[in-house]
Amino acid sequence: MVIKIRFERRVSPPKYLSILYVIISILSAFFVSGFIFKAYGINPILAYRIIFTHAYGSPSGIYETIVKAIPLILCSVGLSLAFKAEMWNIGAEGQLLLGAIMATGLALFTPTPPSIIVPVMFIGGFMAGALWAVIPAILKVLLNVNEVITTMMMNYIAIELVRYLIYGPWRGAKEWGYPITDEIPDAAKLICIPGTRIHIPTLAIAISTAFIVYLIIMRTTLGYEIRVAGENPEAARYAGISYLKISILSMIISGGLAGIAGVGEIAGIHYRLRYPESISMGYGFTSIIVAWLGRLNPISIIIASIFFGGLLVGGYVMKMILGLPVAVVYVFNGITLMFILVGGVLSQYKIKLRG
Amino acid sequence: MEQYIVEMRNIVKRFPEVLANDHITFKVKAGEVHALLGENGAGKTTLMNILYGIYSADEGEIYINGRKVQISSPRDAINLGIGMVHQHFMLIDTLTVLENIALSLEIPFWKPLDKIRIKVEEVMKKYGLKVDLDAKIWQLSTGEKQRVEIIKIICRGAQILILDEPTSVLTPTETKELFKFLRKMASEGKAIIFVTHKLKEVMEVSDRVTVLRKGKVIATLETSETNERMLAKMMVGRDVIFELEKTPSIIGDPILKVEKLRVLNDRGTIAVKDVSFTVHSGEIYGIAGVAGNGQRELVEAIVGLRRKISGKIFINGIEIEKLNPRDIGEMEIAFIPEDRRMGYIPNMSVAENLILRSYNKAPFSKWMLLNYNAIKEYAQKLIDEYKIVTPNENVMAKLLSGGNLQRMILARELTIGKKLIIAVHPTYGLDVGSTEYVRKLLLKRRNEGSAVLLISEDLDEILALSDRIAVMFEGEIIGEVEAEKANIEKIGLMMAGVKEGE
Amino acid sequence: MQSYIETLLYSAIRAGTPLLIATIGEIYAERSGVMNLGVEGMMIMGAVTGYMVTYMFNDPWIGILAAIIVGGLISLIHAFLSITLRVNQVVSGLSLTMLGLGLSSIMGKKYVGISLPVTIIPIKIPILSEIPIIGPSLFSQDPIVYISMILAIIMWIILFKTSFGMKIRAVGENPAAADSAGINVFMIRYICVLIGGMLSGLAGAYLSESYTPAWIENLTAGIGWIVIGLTIFSLWNPLRALWGSYFFGGIRALQFRLQPLGISPNILAMLPYASTIIVLSIGAKETIRKRIGAPSALGKPYIREEKY
Repeated sequence: MVIKIRFERRVSPPKYLSILYVIISILSAFFVSGFIFKAYGINPILAYRIIFTHAYGSPSGIYETIVKAIPLILCSVGLSLAFKAEMWNIGAEGQLLLGAIMATGLALFTPTPPSIIVPVMFIGGFMAGALWAVIPAILKVLLNVNEVITTMMMNYIAIELVRYLIYGPWRGAKEWGYPITDEIPDAAKLICIPGTRIHIPTLAIAISTAFIVYLIIMRTTLGYEIRVAGENPEAARYAGISYLKISILSMIISGGLAGIAGVGEIAGIHYRLRYPESISMGYGFTSIIVAWLGRLNPISIIIASIFFGGLLVGGYVMKMILGLPVAVVYVFNGITLMFILVGGVLSQYKIKLRG
Repeated sequence: MEQYIVEMRNIVKRFPEVLANDHITFKVKAGEVHALLGENGAGKTTLMNILYGIYSADEGEIYINGRKVQISSPRDAINLGIGMVHQHFMLIDTLTVLENIALSLEIPFWKPLDKIRIKVEEVMKKYGLKVDLDAKIWQLSTGEKQRVEIIKIICRGAQILILDEPTSVLTPTETKELFKFLRKMASEGKAIIFVTHKLKEVMEVSDRVTVLRKGKVIATLETSETNERMLAKMMVGRDVIFELEKTPSIIGDPILKVEKLRVLNDRGTIAVKDVSFTVHSGEIYGIAGVAGNGQRELVEAIVGLRRKISGKIFINGIEIEKLNPRDIGEMEIAFIPEDRRMGYIPNMSVAENLILRSYNKAPFSKWMLLNYNAIKEYAQKLIDEYKIVTPNENVMAKLLSGGNLQRMILARELTIGKKLIIAVHPTYGLDVGSTEYVRKLLLKRRNEGSAVLLISEDLDEILALSDRIAVMFEGEIIGEVEAEKANIEKIGLMMAGVKEGE
Repeated sequence: MQSYIETLLYSAIRAGTPLLIATIGEIYAERSGVMNLGVEGMMIMGAVTGYMVTYMFNDPWIGILAAIIVGGLISLIHAFLSITLRVNQVVSGLSLTMLGLGLSSIMGKKYVGISLPVTIIPIKIPILSEIPIIGPSLFSQDPIVYISMILAIIMWIILFKTSFGMKIRAVGENPAAADSAGINVFMIRYICVLIGGMLSGLAGAYLSESYTPAWIENLTAGIGWIVIGLTIFSLWNPLRALWGSYFFGGIRALQFRLQPLGISPNILAMLPYASTIIVLSIGAKETIRKRIGAPSALGKPYIREEKY
């Protein structure tokens, strides 16, 4: 008995419907992930309670959540922009690492005066991340090379680059053979809110960028050009908008913002370059989900970043207390993304079944 | 009572915005050519798609040869002996003609197509349809592609043939051949359903005609008992005046001059071969010709979307190397593209679409900031002037109907482009009302002194609007005549490549 | 010198085999019009499954079977999302990769560092393996290598010489036309995605059971993405995938051989990834020149009900 599925487009989907579906998606993901907890003999409800109280229930938890949210906001804003221009940038991870490398390099190995080291790091990090993104961008625009693959490859190259540096030329003189660099000088360390690890300058940049980028897209001629070019490159060409210019510009911004996130992680948290997995625990991938959810809306991006940041904190808690590997977060992210996709379709179409 | 080979009873089909088929009952006899007549959007293609299994009806029943059937996929339709030649060809470009035909037949797992080849050659011989079986589809002309579609359905043993607007891609000669072929099919006892919006063709080839309007059947008549005027009135719902009033206008300076222009197409072969012509202010210069003979490349070269490899283009007397699309605005050129999808952005608002050409100029923007008040005012003015039907200017453009989309594009273009108007198939797919509107508007501009370059496959349109007519075939201008001296036969021959004096 | 070349070729073929297997699968999926970016996730799930099952049952071939099944199951999810529900194929594939990476990490936790009691043993083909150079490198491999070579040829034949292959290509070029000709577009796409998933699982199992053979976190290290690049580079042709995969296998082999020269292993590790980018860029020019391209409908969901 064949069941036929028919799709009927909803004429004007009410806004609350998409929010509703997002919430349902996340709850469903929790539900399905619960089975994994069960498989390890852990009561899912207990597990979730632990995660939530630790991530959001205590002041220190919330501070840590915000710490994780900062790079997420930066990367997601950049990704939303790139996606809007139809550039599938999967390389935020690598671009972040390049920013981290640049920050460490500037702080440790250049004679930059302490008074300006912090802004120099941020600018340098932006440029490094932008460079990392622009290479795949140029290949896409000139040779039509698929940017999903090239940005992904750049991620792996960046990871190896960090490893090379910490094992090799940048290995710390003072660190007894561990593969990490020396600590950066105090002048290069970012100011934090006392009692927390929240590095203020990056937080400020993150939040303001979210709003600024939104305003640029909606209210300026540049934003108009980006929207047109992303929607209909043919029409854009006819209107005199250079698809080349727009694609490259959006990738520069996207990579640059990720680079700034990398600077923040080094100058605000780690104070040195170390294992790439310690610097970025999947910020690149997670921010894809946030960008997909937030779609350039700064409020949505900030809320989603806090939520997923909390999950990352929860991941560590699970490792400490419950003995589960941190990778559980990846599982949850993957399932959430799937459900969000399904929810997206459901909010746009009514599905009718006929037996 | 004669038995009907196809009976569609009380068919209802709803789409979210519209009731496409409203309790339609449609019956076809074996051995007849039955025309299904209606405007664009009347529901003809939808009805046929239901018969062919591409859509499923919400209500209603279908009977083939007196037996009730369920058609839920094209495979079912094919098995019932129904074959359809679609308006947009359903062919795989990278495969050969033989492979395309073979796709819908039962082929053995190992591909030897020899047996199929023999059968196809038989069919081609029997009906006089010639095409190179080993050519790849992308190499064929549109006429040849249609022939492949027809061979396809005959080889499948179709007893019921549906042709959806088949003549829109044919020259007059090819159309005559098609009609001869259809009558032969009918004489063999097959049922032919001929979907069209062209009244002349209905009168020429059909035995009976069913008129659809806004999803309902208005009437089913014997063709011999009706005429064009009656049919038009049923199709549109009111008396239609066919004649456009064209008064002689004052012809002024040459605005657009093209000299020995040569342009390549996407494949790198020559699409426009040393073309020369001039368009003056106050005249409409119409280029007739079946699509695919270089018209698109010609226009793209003029407006700066494609590089020319040799020749000269003069606009307002100034030689143009390669127009930056921005310059078009400066030079007051309006471009109405052939493919509506190129000309607008579905997911942006009507207002944002209307400023596509002028968004970075005052008063719409200053120092990179958009001035939404000015934009809103401008949009409302244009919506009013061009009578675009839309709740407001913030509605997303994709929700507009075809006719209103065209009005939006016209509004945007004609407000800026007063000197030179380049219009490519401007009324394609529009209902009668919108078509009338567009044609009247073009005439009005011409009377006001604009130079109009009109490119259209619709010969009636060219004849009705143009002051001078040229025909384009395989990249060349085959001939040029004054409108008064033009006659359809000669133009038809030119469209098929026969030069004057041959 | 001769033995140096022999061992180099030997390693190249071994290293290229998982690439070849997964690429053939992806070629089929993309030829039918569906982009499967979940290859990385399916490969690693195949790897961990193969490893676990081999350990539990003491038989590598049961492990292989299990990996194929698991890869297939995951690809069914992707098929359901992309074909039936018509979601964005890029994001759908990414989500499956995330899921696969996470899940495999959890599943494989217990097995890190434990070596397999049994692995797949190379077979020396009599007579042929005595031929100088080609013998030791080509004909002394383990059975999966031989299977993969035969697979490439068979899959090529199916794709270009049978009616089934023709239908696949039709669906990938113009699904509306294929539908109109009576071909079941959904079914063909499901089958092709399934083939892709099963072969990805197989490739992953080969990695963990024969090539390495061990389980470490992130065993695949981006091979799945290289596969997607290889699919493009081989112009969606299984025969071209053959020498493309061995070429990349050679780069992998070179990586290890250059290490003793003092070059940092990390710089060497960049080779496969950088080569992918370079190879794709060069290939892109060739594609433009020859005007061969991706299947026209690649990545676009097929919708029959929408007015066209």
